[in-house]
Amino acid sequence: MIFARELGAALRACLEKDPRVILLGEDIVDPYGGAFKVTRGLSTDFPDRVRSTPISEGAIVGLSAGLALAGWRPIAEIMFGDFLTLTFDQVVNHITKYEAMYAGQATCPVIIRTPSGGHRGYGPTHSQSLEKHFVGVPHLKVLAASLVHDPGSILDGLLAKSAPALYIEHKLLYPENLTLPQHGRVGDLLATTESALGEPPTVCLSAVPRERCELTVLAYGYQATLAARVVQRLAVEEEIFAELLVPSQISPMDWSPVENSVRATGALLTVEEGTEGWSWGTEAAAVISRTLFGRLRQPVEVVASKPDIIPSSKQKESNMLVGAERIDAAIRKAAA
Amino acid sequence: VVLVAANPHREAEHMSPRAVDERLLGRAHEPRNERLYRRMRFIRRFEETLLGLFEQGELNGTTHACIGQEANCVAVMEHLREGDHIFSNHRCHGHYLAHSGDAFGLLTEIMGKDAGICRGLGGSQHICAPGFKSNGVQGGIVPAAAGIALASKLAGADAISTVFIGDGTLGEGVVYESLNVAALWALPLLVVCEDNAWAQSTPVSANLAGSMRRRFGAFGIPVREIDSTDVIELDDAAGAEIAALREHSGPRVLLIHTYRLCHHSKNDDDRPAAEVEARWLVEPLALHGKRLTESDRRAIDADVEAGLADVVATARASS
Repeated sequence: MIFARELGAALRACLEKDPRVILLGEDIVDPYGGAFKVTRGLSTDFPDRVRSTPISEGAIVGLSAGLALAGWRPIAEIMFGDFLTLTFDQVVNHITKYEAMYAGQATCPVIIRTPSGGHRGYGPTHSQSLEKHFVGVPHLKVLAASLVHDPGSILDGLLAKSAPALYIEHKLLYPENLTLPQHGRVGDLLATTESALGEPPTVCLSAVPRERCELTVLAYGYQATLAARVVQRLAVEEEIFAELLVPSQISPMDWSPVENSVRATGALLTVEEGTEGWSWGTEAAAVISRTLFGRLRQPVEVVASKPDIIPSSKQKESNMLVGAERIDAAIRKAAA
Repeated sequence: VVLVAANPHREAEHMSPRAVDERLLGRAHEPRNERLYRRMRFIRRFEETLLGLFEQGELNGTTHACIGQEANCVAVMEHLREGDHIFSNHRCHGHYLAHSGDAFGLLTEIMGKDAGICRGLGGSQHICAPGFKSNGVQGGIVPAAAGIALASKLAGADAISTVFIGDGTLGEGVVYESLNVAALWALPLLVVCEDNAWAQSTPVSANLAGSMRRRFGAFGIPVREIDSTDVIELDDAAGAEIAALREHSGPRVLLIHTYRLCHHSKNDDDRPAAEVEARWLVEPLALHGKRLTESDRRAIDADVEAGLADVVATARASS
């Protein structure tokens, strides 16, 4: 089943299992069912708990905060990840503050989910990957959907905890089929998972066992899908062997799977679609350079999009955003 | 759906050590006039004591006193009950004290001690107690107040949510987003707008276009507007609004034109001295104090002094 439907089914399961779950967002009710159709069918079956709101992102997340403070489990949809900027005060000064600044006397478990990313020609304000502005916010979990993680498990994991969370869904994942690890494989790649207790796993993919890989590639979301294709092709065509690590939770990061891999490969390359500089990848570089300085053969390489607007023109957009070609070139260079 | 406050056990635990001092909040069977005076006097003297402690260098950080606005806090709290939620702002001491009487918890909180309401993590502006929350960003807590009102409505409870904002908060966009949703969804939300004429150092005339009342009216939200520092008038107005809110669905606004007699924060008052002096003539304690005999008034004043002296001494001795 394609990711959008898997996610819709996972949200339905949350509504069925937990009467505290409530969905808020713009245009999410039937027959429209959300701009990306993720919530289609849900409002018909749960009319009180699936509610379309006015175009008011601050209020969507702020109302969710109030619901969460009262013991509900709101899941807010922000129609485009670009509009997360309108929720930033609620996230930074309210939702992630309450439990800590009130000394544990309140919890505010708001889940925000949002479609993000480019390669669709939507232009400067409907294509961005703005999670770099949210990673590192204290007391916020930032997670990224991928084709190798089950959205149902991720939502269940979040609902079992009380931390606020931002769940990033790259738009290009919606029409793709999930490829969860099965019998130690994802497609033709070997697949293992590593996870800290109770946390979503990091999926490790490679054409050959880790010991034979000369490079660790760290990527999430849709860029992980692109990176997996590149890793597989380079293994078959060029005998360049890299291990791809796909975390689900990108902040706070459990670095141990990355460290375990880099200890074996001696090199790290990170990939993200957000703009370069002050980014998730630079944080990875800082951490791994500190913890594994003596084991690295070369500096950590960070691949990110150019620090510019995302053009609407298809050609100009693909020049600006990270895509398979840039990942391919970066892996070849790092493995040379 | 069974609605519960977040971490009810911790909240209950938290409540237990804070016995309410009747010298501060009211003696049993005390007539209304005396109770209202006592509570306003308590809040006034708490704020003055606090400012004194700052001047003596005993306190760190910042504070926003509500001197001159005590009648609003006391009047509104008269009509709220267990299960209702109160949301406040940077100027939250009066709201919190009128709600809980917990001067010790608030003072130790501002002292940064573990005995404080939030163990010294929140400080003056960030308070959490059963049924009460405040935050220091203008307007940002208004949608949360609407969200708790939605929770109450969905659970079929008759609890209401009350949020205090000021004239300056009317510059924040999320307030209007929240008013819109509250009106559309007929949420049991009371917005108490305390227009104290000045947003920090900026007068209302330089901050606000059009009519305050019509801003709320544009959403079809009923507004009761009152220009008073008389606690009896405010008590009646708050009582009527809250009764109406409990009876009918949909948000309501209590718009109170009042005045802040103290600095916005500390040593930051450049308002015309004559303007402030004129307002001292109609401050809430002076207005309402006339309704009490001098001996009753003195007895209450002495109660409050003694109660607060105990609070300060205990707070200083606490860790």
